[in-house]
Amino acid sequence: MMETIIDIISGALVLAGSTFILVGALGVVRMPDVFARMHAAGIIDSAGAGLLIAGMMFQAGPNLIALKLLILLAIFFFTSPTATHAVARAALHVGLEPLLAEPGNKDGGEAG
Amino acid sequence: MFVVASIAILIALALVIGRALRGPTVFDRVVAGNTVGMLAILLLATVGFLNGRPEFLDIGIVYGLLNLIGTLAVLKFFRHGDLSHSGEEEHAE
Repeated sequence: MMETIIDIISGALVLAGSTFILVGALGVVRMPDVFARMHAAGIIDSAGAGLLIAGMMFQAGPNLIALKLLILLAIFFFTSPTATHAVARAALHVGLEPLLAEPGNKDGGEAG
Repeated sequence: MFVVASIAILIALALVIGRALRGPTVFDRVVAGNTVGMLAILLLATVGFLNGRPEFLDIGIVYGLLNLIGTLAVLKFFRHGDLSHSGEEEHAE
């Protein structure tokens, strides 16, 4: 009984994480400029990886494997914003401008 | 359930590698490369659970740390043109 409940919870978390990973990858391909693509990559780093690892932790149970998954999650939690921040600063430093919507034109730029 | 997750991660990897090959600027490629590393770690963990051998997680932890160092090194090189740059005078701009 308990195992069935844990299986259902972990399966739902893993499926939700897979969905977020697919959405994020689609965003990396379809977004118009670097800064928007970083935003989409952030979905994979936070929501996708977080939900997937939470599902695996439910499947593993409270043991060393769950601790390793927690360490992996902590690494993601600290390194992913650092990398995104470094990319954004380097891109701005080199002279790339974020694609902004014109006043009165709600569409933003065209997709590339 | 982990089979579905593995397939989703593989599709996402294909899409992101496509962006890394096509990306107009070097920063597109860096973002895509960082994401490829992240997805590789997740695939490693998922396949480990699928085979009943979660020891692959150790490799994932090491790869996660290496991924950050690699990304920061590439970015520093393309920003300053030099890996030994101290990065001090940029506050003056």
